[in-house]
Amino acid sequence: MNMSGISKTRGITIGLFVYVILSPCYLVTVYSAEWPQFRGPGGVAVSEEAGLPVKWSATENVRWKADLPGRGVSSPVVAGGRVYITAASAYREGRLHVLCFDAATGEKKWERQLASTGSTMCHPKTSMAAPTPVADTKGVYALFATGDLVAFDREGDLRWYRALERDYPDITNQVGMAASPVLAGDVLLLPLENAGDSFALGVDAKTGRNRWKTPRARGVNWVTPTVARFQGKTSVLFQTAREITAYNPVNGEEQWTYKGENLGSIPSPAVLDDLVIVPGNPSVGLRVSDGGKPERVWKSRKLPASYASPVVYQGRIYALTGIGVACLDPATGEEIWRERLGSGFSASPIVAGGKLYVAKEDGVTCVVQLGDKPKILANNALKGPLLATPAVSNGSIYLRTENRLFCIGTKK
Amino acid sequence: MKLRRLSLVVLLLVPETSLAQTPKEELARLRAVPHEGKANEASARAWKDVVHRGPAILPALLEAMDSADAVSSNWLRTAGDAIVERALLEKKPLPADQLEHFVNGKKHNGAARRLAYEWLCRLDPKTPDRLLPGMLHDSSPELRRDAVAAVIRAAESQLAKGDQEAARVALRRALAGACDKDQVDLLVGQLEKLGEKIDVAAHFGFIRQWRLVAPFDNRKESGFKKVYPPETKVDVRAVYKGQDEKEARWVAVTTNDPYGLVNLNKELGKQKGVVAYAYTLVDSPSERTIQLRAGSPNGLKMFVNGKEVFYRDEYHHGASVDQYVATATLKAGRNEILLKVCQNEQTEEWAQDWKFQVRLCDTVGEAVPFSQPK
Repeated sequence: MNMSGISKTRGITIGLFVYVILSPCYLVTVYSAEWPQFRGPGGVAVSEEAGLPVKWSATENVRWKADLPGRGVSSPVVAGGRVYITAASAYREGRLHVLCFDAATGEKKWERQLASTGSTMCHPKTSMAAPTPVADTKGVYALFATGDLVAFDREGDLRWYRALERDYPDITNQVGMAASPVLAGDVLLLPLENAGDSFALGVDAKTGRNRWKTPRARGVNWVTPTVARFQGKTSVLFQTAREITAYNPVNGEEQWTYKGENLGSIPSPAVLDDLVIVPGNPSVGLRVSDGGKPERVWKSRKLPASYASPVVYQGRIYALTGIGVACLDPATGEEIWRERLGSGFSASPIVAGGKLYVAKEDGVTCVVQLGDKPKILANNALKGPLLATPAVSNGSIYLRTENRLFCIGTKK
Repeated sequence: MKLRRLSLVVLLLVPETSLAQTPKEELARLRAVPHEGKANEASARAWKDVVHRGPAILPALLEAMDSADAVSSNWLRTAGDAIVERALLEKKPLPADQLEHFVNGKKHNGAARRLAYEWLCRLDPKTPDRLLPGMLHDSSPELRRDAVAAVIRAAESQLAKGDQEAARVALRRALAGACDKDQVDLLVGQLEKLGEKIDVAAHFGFIRQWRLVAPFDNRKESGFKKVYPPETKVDVRAVYKGQDEKEARWVAVTTNDPYGLVNLNKELGKQKGVVAYAYTLVDSPSERTIQLRAGSPNGLKMFVNGKEVFYRDEYHHGASVDQYVATATLKAGRNEILLKVCQNEQTEEWAQDWKFQVRLCDTVGEAVPFSQPK
């Protein structure tokens, strides 16, 4: 469906209808105009939108662009015709920004700033604006690596605000927190896994107060949780290098856990029906049975865990290797094909309109036609660095370079 | 009858809570935000009420930031930003004179003054030219930083014109106000090119003389919470039974590193799974509240006059100048500073550093006066 010809309100309504009604489990392929969180609806990194551009440059197929007031590696999110994005500025990134743009025109609707209340120490590659915000029809929820957590409504009114490092003084890590919050219904799920105090937090999206708080293993970790549904039960999957555990997102009760070795501490797991693809070295495929216990069905070194999360599309796994993309069989973890794309992947790949979009750190986004054999369609250069995962909504691709936001699309 | 209807409409337009609250009371509600978001709904209502007041409340809002903690300040900051953004959009005037008066009121909170300054900059792009020249020693780190940057730009312009003497004077003036490492590094580099010699460690207030003792056991990172004898009482002549019954004696070291870095691997020999203590005396000319700013990739505790003022049980996640900030009080006269620097047993190449640096400064980052007994 090409949403470009539909009025904004109607487009939003249809998008929400499909997301909320047809996909009540918050996951699997969602035919939505929205891209409300890290890796889109349900965190599956798949959009069925057609008519997206294949080629672009700094001047070609740019619907609009906006300078951002600071650095960041967080992705833009899109909900209700608004694009929300975060940035960090000032000496040692002591200033935190949440910005809202009109998704169609790029008009800046509002900007709010916070002074960081937590440590701003981090690895130079990341930023205090590393976690991707999450949005819904009410507005946006933004977490910063400083532990500042804030909710604004669509018009920029402050709904609630918390300084998590004040609430829990030992949560920050000196490399920089980067995992993104996700929403499961009205619970905002936060992985706060650090060298000090480590826990998962379920926060009431309406009030910002804790619904639940569950201890997690101590150790720095950057995995954004994945919300999934197994045998009718909703789970949120938290992964570290040593385990992946499913919790009930409503109350934080543990449902199952799988202990592993050398699992990824950055990429998120992917889900295909009752199969959980756990990135690691090696990666593993876990079958979640009727009893809710995970059983390992394969191990694969063809799906190495680095920064990028794997994506599942039409019964195949696509994962970035050090030098390109590999297509794997989810039943076995065996490789079907691989294609060289170069190197320098921090962003996760996404699938849109049957094509794989791979953003690289140097600013180039590779577009690959998927199928039994891959075909590289384009290498589109923008001035990098480009570390943020792209977002797709309303016929546009939203790309965030270090300090600029691009809306890529054919002219309407 | 018409009048009564009109009154009802007006009443409905006014937010419910503001009927009973004065602006001062609304701001007070935002100034006392409890932990864990426990009053978020009430705070959000107060936020809306404050924003509803419009630009007239801005001076009072800034004053409320004077006594607000960092969390409450962010509630107030976002309310102020929303008011200003909407006023500019609707072409409503801002109380510019009052804002400028607030910026120039040095007794006010630095973050609040900076906020007022930024609003003024949105009204008038020439605001920096007018206000920054008097801010080279400002109590707001951000205002001071911009003031230093302005002088650096002027010095660079003088250098480009070939006027080295004027540039040297300007760079010296900028250095006197500079507290941030990037600006100090730049200024020191420029001044050294002009033949000046700068004592960087003294500029920052780094402690250079220490006594060190090790090894105490930290296998399995178990030593961080253990209280070894130096934590109870320091006796620099004492000989302790350390890890595996090894003798542990205090040794004196002086670092010549410009950033006060003490490399324990060099001074004590490379060891893993151990705790070292670093002890020093500093003489302060007066009693004052100070910041201890430390950097270390190791587990770290800091004590001032026997009181623990900082802890961080984290290993090999980077280190930098001013990485950690602790607040403490120095007595007039002699003061004891003790550090506990824990090394773990990681084997990776990038996890071998065992080091620390500490400086004594005020809240802006300017070195406080102190000396170390010989």
